[in-house]
Amino acid sequence: MKACYSMDEIYDVAIIGAGVIGCNVARQLSRYKIKVCLMEKQPDVAMGASSANSGIVHAGYDAEPGSLKARLNVRGNELMDRVASELDIPFKRTGSLVLAFSPEDMEKIKILYERGLKNGVQGMEILDASQVQEKEPNVSQETIGALYAPGAGIVCPYELTIGAAESAVENGVDLFLECEVKAINITASPAGLPRDKYPPQDESPIFNITTSKGVFTARYIINCAGLYADSIASMTGDNSFSISPRKGEYILFDKIEGGLVNSVIFQTPTRMGKGILVTPTVDGNLLIGPTAVDTGDKNDTSTTREGLQQVMTEALKSVPGIDRRYVISSFAGIRAVPSTGDFIIGESRAMQKFVNVAGIESPGLTAAPAIAEYVEEVLRKSGLELVPKENFNPLRRPVKRFRNMGERELAGLIKENPLYGRIVCRCEKVSAAEIVDAIRRPAGARTLDGIKRRTRAGMGRCQGGFCTPRVNEILSRELGIPYDKVVKSGENSWMLAGRTK
Amino acid sequence: MGEDNLEGMACDFVRVPGQAKASAEDIGPVEETDMGVNDMGTRGTGASSTGAGANKSGQDGNGHGLYPAREVDVAVIGAGPAGLAAAVEARKQGVKNVVILEREVEPGGILQQCIHTGFGLKIFGEELTGPEYAEKFIRQAEESGVEFKLDTMVIGISRDRIITAVNKNEGIIKLRAKAIVLAMGCRERTRGALNIPGTRPAGIYTAGTAQRFVNMEGYLPGKKIVILGSGDIGLIMARRLTLEGAEVKMVCELMPYPGGLTRNIIQCLDDYNIPLRLSCTVVEIHGRRRVEGVTIARVDKNFNPIPGTHEYVECDTLLLSVGLIPENELSMEAGITIDPVTSGPVVDESMETSIEGIFACGNVVHVHDLVDRVTWEAMRAGKSAAMFVLGGREKVEDKRKDKGKEEGKGGRKEERKDGREGFLGKAPSLALSAERSSPAAGIPGTGSHTSVVTGQGIRYVIPHMISGDAISRIVNGDCREDEDGIEMLMRVEEVRRNARISLVCGGETVYSVKRVKVAPGEMESIKLSKQLLEKVRGKNQIIVQLENV
Repeated sequence: MKACYSMDEIYDVAIIGAGVIGCNVARQLSRYKIKVCLMEKQPDVAMGASSANSGIVHAGYDAEPGSLKARLNVRGNELMDRVASELDIPFKRTGSLVLAFSPEDMEKIKILYERGLKNGVQGMEILDASQVQEKEPNVSQETIGALYAPGAGIVCPYELTIGAAESAVENGVDLFLECEVKAINITASPAGLPRDKYPPQDESPIFNITTSKGVFTARYIINCAGLYADSIASMTGDNSFSISPRKGEYILFDKIEGGLVNSVIFQTPTRMGKGILVTPTVDGNLLIGPTAVDTGDKNDTSTTREGLQQVMTEALKSVPGIDRRYVISSFAGIRAVPSTGDFIIGESRAMQKFVNVAGIESPGLTAAPAIAEYVEEVLRKSGLELVPKENFNPLRRPVKRFRNMGERELAGLIKENPLYGRIVCRCEKVSAAEIVDAIRRPAGARTLDGIKRRTRAGMGRCQGGFCTPRVNEILSRELGIPYDKVVKSGENSWMLAGRTK
Repeated sequence: MGEDNLEGMACDFVRVPGQAKASAEDIGPVEETDMGVNDMGTRGTGASSTGAGANKSGQDGNGHGLYPAREVDVAVIGAGPAGLAAAVEARKQGVKNVVILEREVEPGGILQQCIHTGFGLKIFGEELTGPEYAEKFIRQAEESGVEFKLDTMVIGISRDRIITAVNKNEGIIKLRAKAIVLAMGCRERTRGALNIPGTRPAGIYTAGTAQRFVNMEGYLPGKKIVILGSGDIGLIMARRLTLEGAEVKMVCELMPYPGGLTRNIIQCLDDYNIPLRLSCTVVEIHGRRRVEGVTIARVDKNFNPIPGTHEYVECDTLLLSVGLIPENELSMEAGITIDPVTSGPVVDESMETSIEGIFACGNVVHVHDLVDRVTWEAMRAGKSAAMFVLGGREKVEDKRKDKGKEEGKGGRKEERKDGREGFLGKAPSLALSAERSSPAAGIPGTGSHTSVVTGQGIRYVIPHMISGDAISRIVNGDCREDEDGIEMLMRVEEVRRNARISLVCGGETVYSVKRVKVAPGEMESIKLSKQLLEKVRGKNQIIVQLENV
């Protein structure tokens, strides 16, 4: 990670926003001999919608045939096995069921099935009640049938983001955190650079991007700013779309509930979205949600009493046996809903070489790797020369996790590095070595939440009650900052108010 | 004591000169001398402590000390007050080889951060601090030759009592124990479990975590504090943080009565003019990065917020003291039957769980109010484990092992089909005391056991059952001098004045005791004397109930 920016660098491509889209685009472009930077205003990657969503790899029957959503969903789903294995992140093809509770629901399910066929979704089946019970014995007895899509799956959204970010940085992308874009100017020559040092290749303008970390210069900008993609676009005079925030609240359960369902359980969709789902997570928990409420506030990730109640009530309709005693956390994420109804991906009509990747709501997570491919094509068409790097390494350095290892493997590893034998987070069985590694990796963790997302320390049933002081200590030591300057998730998220008397 | 010191201590045991504390968790290989030769994290000098556990446990060709499992007599999991007392007692009874496995770098458990006084009043007749109380038992354990494995995490227990653990120095450790005592303690209930709506900023701590920051690390978690829940740790922290210069604005309690001990309400809140708001809860948390305030509201009988009573309280910290949950993930994996009311193992009077030879004590069984009671219970468990190992206990044809399966009928297991075992059916909440079920009820061959059934007004009673052998032994005087009865510990469901706790056996009230006041925050104890046990002998069940005088 770059600590400071050198003014004589001209980036071929500057990507704004290090969510799942920005990071996957960055990784895709890191295959080529171009200079790429990735800017993020938050202190970590995956801080927006990428950290709080359902984590579903959709099969692809939801989107309108012919839409970008449909096409990139199906392609993203195809790519996910390879991406997950290259990035060493868990991905499970669990399959999904859309439950029908009434004859009307059955009709809707048939429409979904037809749509899926048009979109190229493989292997779908319409199941009757007994087939559903056989697959998922804990779903409601009221279920009269379901649409089954074997290709659907689950993935951890922030791991997909973090994995892509690491891979991008390993392959030469410069990542700038706490780097907020304030203004974009179009100029004939880069700021602060003598004219003769800048060899103009063509007539086209160049971007000066003013940020909280200085002025960056780039030939292309890719706007992956999520909820704020409209604000970024308007900095270049592109006011062709707007993004509105739609909040979704979730409830997460202890792993003890994780075995309740085997696949992703949807209800028949309504106008507001896919409804409340019940799904296992790749880590073995049970997740239910989300609500869909247009909040008008892009910062409002608060949960509400009504929202959480709604999630619980609706989820119980699908799976009546969910036990609220095993709730371990609740959270809300904000979807970036585009004014156009479809993903907005392409060069801005208002500004050449400025590429919008905006309005990436569901199935954006699934589509992320396909969106990255698509953006590459957009850049090629716009004239960017992309020569493959000989030394591109698609494989992210594997993450060794105590909880995934067999005894023999573990014994060997502890011999090599004894810190793998010291458990810091008892609930999720995270060793000290994993925490140190999460800090030292490329695009490494700087905050308690960063550690949590990378290692799961603090994500278990005690929610960091026991391990927070210990993780705090390791962060303090590794980052060389005082114990009481460690933060939860960035500026002003201080943990401690100073020394005791 | 700061973490630095803890690291230092760990280093002391190993005696690795020159190893800088700061690098204790550095990545990268440690010098050869750190490995295998030393028993880092192993402490104790007793006969059983060879200090070479890893070497003794054999090598698998690759130099990994994996196979075979090392044989021990009694393995105790957890070196808190329960584990320490159980281990000491087992040694006193003559068991040779007693090992305690502890995940922290020093023994003592949560007592080490409880620097206030109030421990030991019942057992020693003096007021000790937590660390002082712990030290007494640590010293006894060391002197009696209990082997400590510190900084060691148990990751699995099997039905046949093989323990898998891990630490920095030995790697994977396998112990085959003749008896196991579970003493893992409990954890705090979190914000997530309460589902408090609002934002998720920094500054929300459980009271115990805050206590660790203040008392062990020496840092203040915040300056303007609201505490939700009047559990004892929250009350203690209200005083502690006030003394450290923070402003504790109030303690909110959902219930109409406080959760902690009366003495703590007086000494920690009243004495410092900290308001206690009963029937009041936090309904929303505010602040994007750090807590900026909370909205509180009064609640009705059903705990729903009453409209119009909402009030914004500015603060930078929310402490939660909303209950403790026994940590039984290991027990459940082993297949031990868990009581859904206590969230702890179902136990008999010897503190034996549903798996033969595995005993449990302390907060892993049920959350206690006083450490003194934990110690007593642990001594009982330690003694029983010793008798089991030494063959002093007549082995009953133990059918209880399978009782979880029988119990599941009509309960949780029937509702769900995920193959989870080891859960009891939900106790039906019938008002009719005689029909109320106990986790021990319906066990095949109950003839040899008397089930303890919770009647009206009683939340739970420990033990869940009493073996016929134990009753006969005491009644016939065929027992040791100190075994002059069986103690039952219980919690009531709600605060009541002028109440009477009665024991009903075969339709007849065999015992009754008057209480001026009972409260869920304070445990009640009844000792079943020899005379009483005579009346209980041969009966299927004994009902414990709360009656109005």
